[in-house]
Amino acid sequence: MLTDIIIVLAIMILGMGIGLFIGNRPKVIKIVGVLTSFSIFLLLFLLGIGVGTNDRIINNLDTIGIQALVLTIGALLGSLICAYFTYSLFFKKK
Amino acid sequence: MKGSLIILSFFVLGLILGLTRFLPDTLLEGDFSIYALYLLMFLVGIGIGTDRDSWKVIRQVNFKIVLVPLSVIVGSLIGVSAVSILLSSINFGEAMAVGAGFGYYSLSSVIITEFHSETLGVIALLSNIIREVITLLATPFFVRYFGKLAGIASGGATAMDTTMPIIVQYSGKEYAIIAVFSGIVLTVLVPVIVPLILEFL
Repeated sequence: MLTDIIIVLAIMILGMGIGLFIGNRPKVIKIVGVLTSFSIFLLLFLLGIGVGTNDRIINNLDTIGIQALVLTIGALLGSLICAYFTYSLFFKKK
Repeated sequence: MKGSLIILSFFVLGLILGLTRFLPDTLLEGDFSIYALYLLMFLVGIGIGTDRDSWKVIRQVNFKIVLVPLSVIVGSLIGVSAVSILLSSINFGEAMAVGAGFGYYSLSSVIITEFHSETLGVIALLSNIIREVITLLATPFFVRYFGKLAGIASGGATAMDTTMPIIVQYSGKEYAIIAVFSGIVLTVLVPVIVPLILEFL
């Protein structure tokens, strides 16, 4: 798995290098944006297919939803509390 | 909001086709999604590389701005770890991988699906979409009770794009740069932190 992760990150860094090299060309940026959207659509479509054919997920969709909601509440509360301290200690103008 | 609806509709379309087994078996196996992920990562990289404005923002700012994305990272990870105690089927590390999406639902869910499981991928997709939707709805409330960084913290990686308008509206224009900076840092870190957590969980 580690090699897969390294491959993915290396591909992203390669893209960043190419992006820096191409520079601020609005046309290219627009095309890249559209292609990015389409590859996201494709991946989520594939994820949908995977989930649809996976009986274990389909039979547990309600509990999966509840788990997602509980995790979101945790992430949000944690972030908000940390941000509150950062704000009062470093950003608030006295 | 519109973007997440479009993405959800693609997911639902795939879901329906999968449920009805409407597609040929070779497509249903879904082994080539890793190549789609490679393509996406390459494009995300180019997107980051070409965006000169964001590099400029990063160079302009005072160092204490770094504390903002740091708060989001620390807060999200501690928060999800804490609530994972309530969830019997999700362990500590799995919860952290979901939390490390920081609202970037498309990329984090796909990475988690590839490197862990479809179940956790779906949880990450839903959780991070819920995060964006709640940010869009509740930022005025959050800002009132948790200070002016609250919308940025709640939005996470989306503070640079989809949730930025609402953040600027309720925290003020001077927070726009902080929102963009924090959003960029978190967006770049999602594909690094999520796989790392999955590797060591």
